[in-house]
Parts: sequence; C-alpha cells; structure tokens
Amino acid sequence: MPSLHFEPCDLPPEAETLRGEVREFLAETMAGYPVAKRAKSWVGQDRDFSEKLGARGWLGMTWPKKYGGHERSMLERYVVLEEVLAAGAPVGGHWIADRQSGPLLLEFGTEKQRQLICPRIARGELIFAIGMSEPDSGSDLASIRTRAVKVDGGWVVNGTKIWTSEAHLADYMVALFRTDTDPDDRHAGMSQFLVDMTNPGVTARPIRNITGDLSFNEVSFVDAFIPEDMIVGEEGGGWKQVMAELKFERAGPERYLSSFILLTALIREISQNPGERAAVTLGRLVAHLGTLRQMSLSVAGMQNAGEDPALAGSIVKDLGGIYEQDMPKIAHELIGADPMLMNGGDFEKALAYVTQASVSFSLRGGTREILRGIIARGLDLR
Amino acid sequence: MNELQQMLDDTVTRLFGDLVTKESLQDAETWEESEAVWPDALWRSVEENGLTQPVTPEIMGGVGANWADSYVIARAAGYYAAPIPLVETILGSWLLSRCGLTPPEGTLTVAPVREGESLEVDANGLSGRVTSVPWGRRAGHVVVIARGGAGPIIVLVEGSSAIIEEDCNMAREARDTLIFDNALVVDSAPLTDALGRNPIHLYGAMLRAAQIAGAVQRVLEEGVQYAKDRIQFGRPIAKFQIIQQYLATVGSQSAAAGAAAQNAFRAADRGDPLLDIAAAKVVAGDAATTAASIVHQTHGAIGFTYEHSLHFSTRRLWSWRGEFGGEAYWAEILGRSVARRGADALWSDLTARQAGL
Ligand SMILES: Cc1cc2nc3c(=O)[nH]c(=O)nc-3n(C[C@H](O)[C@H](O)[C@H](O)COP(=O)(O)OP(=O)(O)OC[C@H]3O[C@@H](n4cnc5c(N)ncnc54)[C@H](O)[C@@H]3O)c2cc1C
Repeated sequence: MPSLHFEPCDLPPEAETLRGEVREFLAETMAGYPVAKRAKSWVGQDRDFSEKLGARGWLGMTWPKKYGGHERSMLERYVVLEEVLAAGAPVGGHWIADRQSGPLLLEFGTEKQRQLICPRIARGELIFAIGMSEPDSGSDLASIRTRAVKVDGGWVVNGTKIWTSEAHLADYMVALFRTDTDPDDRHAGMSQFLVDMTNPGVTARPIRNITGDLSFNEVSFVDAFIPEDMIVGEEGGGWKQVMAELKFERAGPERYLSSFILLTALIREISQNPGERAAVTLGRLVAHLGTLRQMSLSVAGMQNAGEDPALAGSIVKDLGGIYEQDMPKIAHELIGADPMLMNGGDFEKALAYVTQASVSFSLRGGTREILRGIIARGLDLR
Repeated sequence: MNELQQMLDDTVTRLFGDLVTKESLQDAETWEESEAVWPDALWRSVEENGLTQPVTPEIMGGVGANWADSYVIARAAGYYAAPIPLVETILGSWLLSRCGLTPPEGTLTVAPVREGESLEVDANGLSGRVTSVPWGRRAGHVVVIARGGAGPIIVLVEGSSAIIEEDCNMAREARDTLIFDNALVVDSAPLTDALGRNPIHLYGAMLRAAQIAGAVQRVLEEGVQYAKDRIQFGRPIAKFQIIQQYLATVGSQSAAAGAAAQNAFRAADRGDPLLDIAAAKVVAGDAATTAASIVHQTHGAIGFTYEHSLHFSTRRLWSWRGEFGGEAYWAEILGRSVARRGADALWSDLTARQAGL
C-alpha cells in the first residue's frame, strides 16, 4: 500500500527571515483593515494590495526571472502564502493567477504566452479565472460541452461556464473546451485556452452567493473568436493539463487557513481565562490547526523536491475542510452568539461569514467525495 | 527518513514482523483465569538490537540517537502491538540519563502518578501507591518521580520491591497497581529542571501518540485488505463507494496522527515540547476513535470476534488514547495556553514553535 506519510519539512533560515519582512509589510499595509473583511481571506479583492505584493517580489516567486519571476524556493513562497492568509489579507485578486494560471502557462504555454502574461501576474496586475465547471458538468468535468470549433486563424467558442470565481473582474480566463466531440476516450478531445475577458463574445454575469457577495459567475460564450495562438499546450491535451493544474489548486495552505480569522476572533471572545469547556474546545481546534500546518508545510516540501503532491494535497484539503467546517459550529456552540450582520461586533461578523461560506469549502476545488475518491485510489481501493 | 531512521525501521519491521504473532499477542493478554505469557524471545531480541535505549547517551550504554530517530521504534511498537514495555523502557532510561543516572539493563517501566496519587521518598525509602503502571509486574526496575524534601526526585527502584495488584487495560495489557512501603532506593537524583514538572506524563503521552499513529496505520491496512477480499453482492466490498469513502477518511486520519506524533518527537529534540505533545495526543486520540469505529464497520461481524486479529489493534487504540492523559486533558492544557497568550500571539507562536532549526 502506498504510504500516506508526510515527511516533516524544515524551513530554511532565509524563509524565516522572509517571514519577518512579510509580517512587517502586512502590519503596515493592513493596519486598520476590518476583521469582517479579513474573514473573507483569500476571496477578498484588492488590486492595489496585489500590486503592492508584486512590487515586493512576492508573486511569481518561484518562476524564472525572464518571465518576471524571482527564482526563490517553493518554501519561501509557502511562507508568504501562509503569512498573508493568517493576516486575512485581500489576496483574491492575484491568488488564482499566482497559484495555478501562471504555473500552468510556464509548464504548457508558448513562449509568447509566457512573455505576455507571466511578468504581469508577477506584478500583481492580472486577475485570472478558471473556466472548468459547466451547468451540466461539475464533478464529472470530462462531460463538458462548451465547444471550440476550428476556423481560419483560430477557434470559435459557444457554450457556458459556471461558478467561475472572479470572472466578472478577471482579465483572463484559462478555460477548458471540447475541441473534438467524438473522441475514443472520454478524457481526450479537450483543450485549454487563454481567453481575454474583453472578448466581445464573452459575457460574465455574477451570481450572488448565499453570503450576499458577488463572487462567482456564469460566463457565456457566443461565437467568441479565440486566436489560434491562444490555445494552451497541446490540442486534445486539456485533460492532462487540467489535472496538473488541480494539483496546484488543491495543495495550498488556503485549504485550512480560510477561517483563521474566525479562530482568532473566537479566542478574543472566550478571553484569557476560559472555562474548562472553552479551553478543551479551543485546544482541540489548535491541535488540529497545528497538525494541518505541519502537513501543509510537508506538501510544500514535496513540491520543492519536485514530488507529486496530488494525494497529499487531497488529504490536507479533506482534513482542512473538516476542521474549517467544525470551526463555526464550535464557535456557535461555545458562545451561543446570534450574529447580527449590521451592528454585530467583529466576532459576530466573522462567525456569520464563515458559517455561510464554509459550506463551500468542501465543494470548490473538488468536492469532499471526489477528494476521498482520490485518496481511496491512493489506497489502491479503486 | 535519514540513514539511522531507515536502519531502525528495517530492524523493528523485521523483528516485530517475525516475533509478534497472533498467538504471542493472545498469550500476552491478562485474564483473570490464566497467567499472561511473557514474550521472552521478543524482549531479548529487542534488547540485543539496541532498541530499548535509543535516546540514552552511548556512555551510559545507549545508542545516543535523538527522539526524531526513535519515533520509528515507537510507531512500530504500535503498528505491531508489541506486547512488551518497550516505549516505557526507552522513556525510563532516557529520564534517568537526563538526571545523571545510569539506566539499568532489562525491562523498565515508568509510573504515571495520576491525580490523587503521590509518592514520597526519604531516607527510609520510597512509599506510596500508584495505579495503572504499564507492565508493572514485568518490570525489572521502576522509574518514578517522587516528592522529596527539596523538590521532585527521580527514583529508581526494583520492580520486586513493590507489592503488585494486577490489572489491565482494555487491550488486556498489564496495567498494575504498585504499592511501595519504604522500598529500597537503587538510585535517585533531583529531577532536572529542563524536564518540566511531570516528564513521565508528558513524554509518556508523546510515546503513546506515536504508538497510536502506528496502530491507526495498521487498522487502515487491515481495513483496505479486508475490503478487497470480502465479496458481497458479487463483488469486493471495496467496490462500494461508501466503503472507499470510509477508508479514505481513515487514510487522512492516519496521515494526521503520524504527522502530529512525528512533530512532537522533533519538538522533544528542540526542547519545550509541551504544546506539541499536547497537540499530538489530541490529534492521535481523535484519529484512534475515528479509525477504530470505521474499520470495525468495514469488517462486519467477523471483526467483532476474538478470533479475528483486528481487535488487538483497536482495543489498544481505545486504551492508549486515554493513557497519559486523554484528548480532553491535553486539549484543555493547549487551550488554556493559547487563551492566555491571546489571539494575536497564536500565529507567531505556532510558526515559531514549528519553525524547525
Ligand atoms: C465558491 C465556489 C467557487 C467555485 N469556483 C469555481 C471556479 O472558479 N471555476 C470552476 O470551474 N468551478 C468553480 N466552482 C465549481 C466547483 O468546482 C464545483 O462546484 C464542484 O466541482 C462540484 O460540482 P457541482 O457543484 O456541479 O456538484 P455535483 O458534481 O453535481 O455534485 C453534487 C454532489 O454530488 C456528489 N457527487 C458527484 N459525483 C459524485 C461521485 N462520482 N461520487 C460521489 N459523489 C458524487 C458531490 O460530491 C456533491 O456532494 C466553484 C464552486 C464554489 C462553490
């Protein structure tokens, strides 16, 4: 049976030095930033903040310098990620681009695409969207129907993507389309494209989510023309590329740090001298938090060593989801708050937000059931 | 794994794999009506291979390795359910050596002095009553922390100097009550400050966390194997998605318990491991609960029989999660510490504590 062992990872001294710099930067830039906004964590949006991070050299950190990167290690990047998340910084503007779209282009894109896009991501200028899901294709991604038909000089796309985060703000989308309707293998016949969101054939319509926010979208493609040099990677190679992309998407510390601001708000609420029940509950949360961090760090260590983090990343995301969904439940049981959205205090607002948002933590980026399917495969059960 | 860890791992795997059999596990259990059989061959080969004193310095007869290396031994002891006081001997020897005393050869145990119990030492010897001493009746020597005139004293006595009331945990592992009445002190020294107030309890919890991590991995593997072998409705039950999802959950729990326990051992090498050990015992204990219940569910009725070997691991999981403090006990310590330090310190404390070198 394959081992589910997470090798401990020690951060090198330069990463700890960097941590100090990031903290200083965050303390300054984030001063006075309200808790209710911090609670939104990596889905909070602020282009200005993204550009500031870019200016510090903290985006595209591991990429080659010739593509605007900084050639630092995965572990240094990890430190920046966990610090901005723990502070509840509004990183939504660059998160997807830095995490998966940039790396995808570096791995599969053309030289021109890399030159065009990657330096701008590293400067924090570009917002990216991920166009995978469709109305009839969620977990079963291979069933997508949005079609790209080859025409002179490019492709014409028709169809609909849905749940596309930040598409209404995005500059680009990396989208998966069907380029062959009758392949032998259901995982063949799909290709990835770089879609300029100013394309007149592409319309993003925000869909309000249960928290009241406009964050995900329905994106329609009506005879949208995409120039041929905007196909990413091989024609027909989309599935393999998407699987590679999902590894980046699933492996990061955002999968257990989304609700960290609620935890700190809870600690303030229960005060420095908690009763036994509060102490036990808090201790249990922190025990799992610390372990998740160890595991997440170990995944970064694997990535740094060039190992495949797919299985380990799925385990962290699965456990992170359990932990993060327990948090609002526990906060509710312990404090018995009745959170008011307008005049509630910081804790109430954070609790209200995470209570609602946490249901999505085990959906986005692959549902709990799908992740456990991946783990089961890792256990050689299927 | 480094070279030493790999070597230790190979050794324990070979040794336990050969010598810890279903029969030996059965024979080693404590029952009212029969005497438990001491697995002498197992103990002797563990000793001959230098596994009993890995963290004791070489000049005192040990291997001079660190806790991070010794993790593989403790984990394997749990994986194989080795029915010997191995981790107790490792801990007792280390504590003696840390206080400047040379550990004796042979089996050692440590007495967790529980709430409401106390041991006193003076010129006449050691006195007091302690319960749930692991392998008490089998211990050549016992290491305890007793109250002395000037503060806590680490005391070494012979096992035979105690009056023993036999008892056992759910796994029928010997957990005896030891009564000392001016027992002859073989050796003693003031407890080294750096060890904290109750190092037997603390490091005992750490070692149990590693054993739990091993046993959770074991029941995971048993569950996976059984699911592939058992046919119902014309196919292996592993083909049912719910079974896959159950076992995936155990897989995640096993990974978490291992990561938490290993982190605690590494923290022990760095010093001041209280909170890391607390976290490890909580996470491992939670994993034990989840894993045992899911793997029993997966096994159906056969897993509920004494004949099947699953229970050798699951009954240990249920026992070990409570020994040296259960989840609630350690969570409370961790929770109080976090609350006292305040919300703003949590993240920096966490990253500093786990910062490595
Ligand atoms: C906040 C949020 C943001 C998102 N952002 C994006 C984005 O930017 N880009 C993008 O492409 N998508 C995005 N998604 C979509 C996300 O990837 C899908 O929600 C997810 O893949 C599940 O698809 P679905 O919602 O259609 O659910 P379905 O696939 O219909 O699943 C419904 C339920 O059935 C279960 N199920 C389905 N198949 C199986 C199976 N084989 N075995 C067992 N159970 C099964 C699921 O686990 C789930 O519980 C986002 C979703 C959310 C909630």
